[in-house]
Amino acid sequence: MKRTCPRLVETGYDEPAMAVLEVEIWRGGEDGAWRRYSVPHEANQTVLDVVTHVQRHIDPSLAYRFACRVGMCGSCAMTVNGRPRWTCRTHVSLAARKGRVRIGPLRNLPVIRDLAVDMAPFFEKWRDAEARFVPAAEPPDAPVRPDEPERKAADAGIECINCAVCYAACDSVAWNPDYPGPAVLNRLWTLVNDRRDGDRDGHLDAAGAGCHLCRSHQECANACPTGLNPTAAIAGLKREVFRRALGGRTRERQQ
Amino acid sequence: MRRGPWWAFLLHRLSGVALAVFLPFHFLVLGLAVERARLDGVLDWTDNPWVKLAEAGLVVLLALHLTGGLRLLLLEFGRWSDRQQSRIAVAGGLALLAGFGFLAAAFA
Repeated sequence: MKRTCPRLVETGYDEPAMAVLEVEIWRGGEDGAWRRYSVPHEANQTVLDVVTHVQRHIDPSLAYRFACRVGMCGSCAMTVNGRPRWTCRTHVSLAARKGRVRIGPLRNLPVIRDLAVDMAPFFEKWRDAEARFVPAAEPPDAPVRPDEPERKAADAGIECINCAVCYAACDSVAWNPDYPGPAVLNRLWTLVNDRRDGDRDGHLDAAGAGCHLCRSHQECANACPTGLNPTAAIAGLKREVFRRALGGRTRERQQ
Repeated sequence: MRRGPWWAFLLHRLSGVALAVFLPFHFLVLGLAVERARLDGVLDWTDNPWVKLAEAGLVVLLALHLTGGLRLLLLEFGRWSDRQQSRIAVAGGLALLAGFGFLAAAFA
């Protein structure tokens, strides 16, 4: 076996020895095309760095979104070599295949231009599901402890940054436009488990129609940049919705 | 690149469709039971080793659909487990075992 690069064996990363990176970037709307750019390859270069280089040094008309560059705002998600990723925290060396990188807009959302997609359908589904905290009229009987099961279940899904990576990874979203998607359902599950929330039944009603369209592919959990597991959350919703359909009492039983 | 649970879904869906397509043929042969001679003809035909092989495929499809369905029930009604890949491996392994078991019995 020809051993070209010892570090390749140790780290599994491509050695940034080649000075030039060949990238393909989607240009145009839905009927656009891939265009090729040569970008200097640097150590610790992120995919967002590559896109920014193209926009600042090669073609200023390239449209894309970013804000925080540290994985908090959720605005820089793109499709990198076929996988939805947060580009600010994705090293080129990790995403490149044989030194090649192909950067496109997120799947399952209308392309506005180049790498910018219209996020409206994604957020409209949050709005329609009313996936937001509704303060209860009365405070919980007992103080909410950080280690109680319901709080732990809520905490498990709370770190969502609304980047729509799960939404782009999900085939159920691609197959059925009525499916709310992993992010919305994950949010509903955190609310269902929040004892301070006053509209548990409303949240379960909102989840009831959509959560059973999940086929448990677990692509969302594999893609989520913050390591959440929406599939597990949706499985929880399916159980609660089913238990309620059978006439079971839910919250009281769990306390 | 799709992962294990996605392929498990695909196998479950395809095996379900294949079994649904097979069902009318199964009923057709069952319907022949009232005509002894024709049923015997069909049964003689199934002694053909190639037909036995195809039947083993059917057994695998049935077992895949059964174990895959149990896996889904466990996933959606049981407590969540992070060992989904192991469960898929067990479901697929049991299905293959059923197929080989059928072949062993058919050619014994």
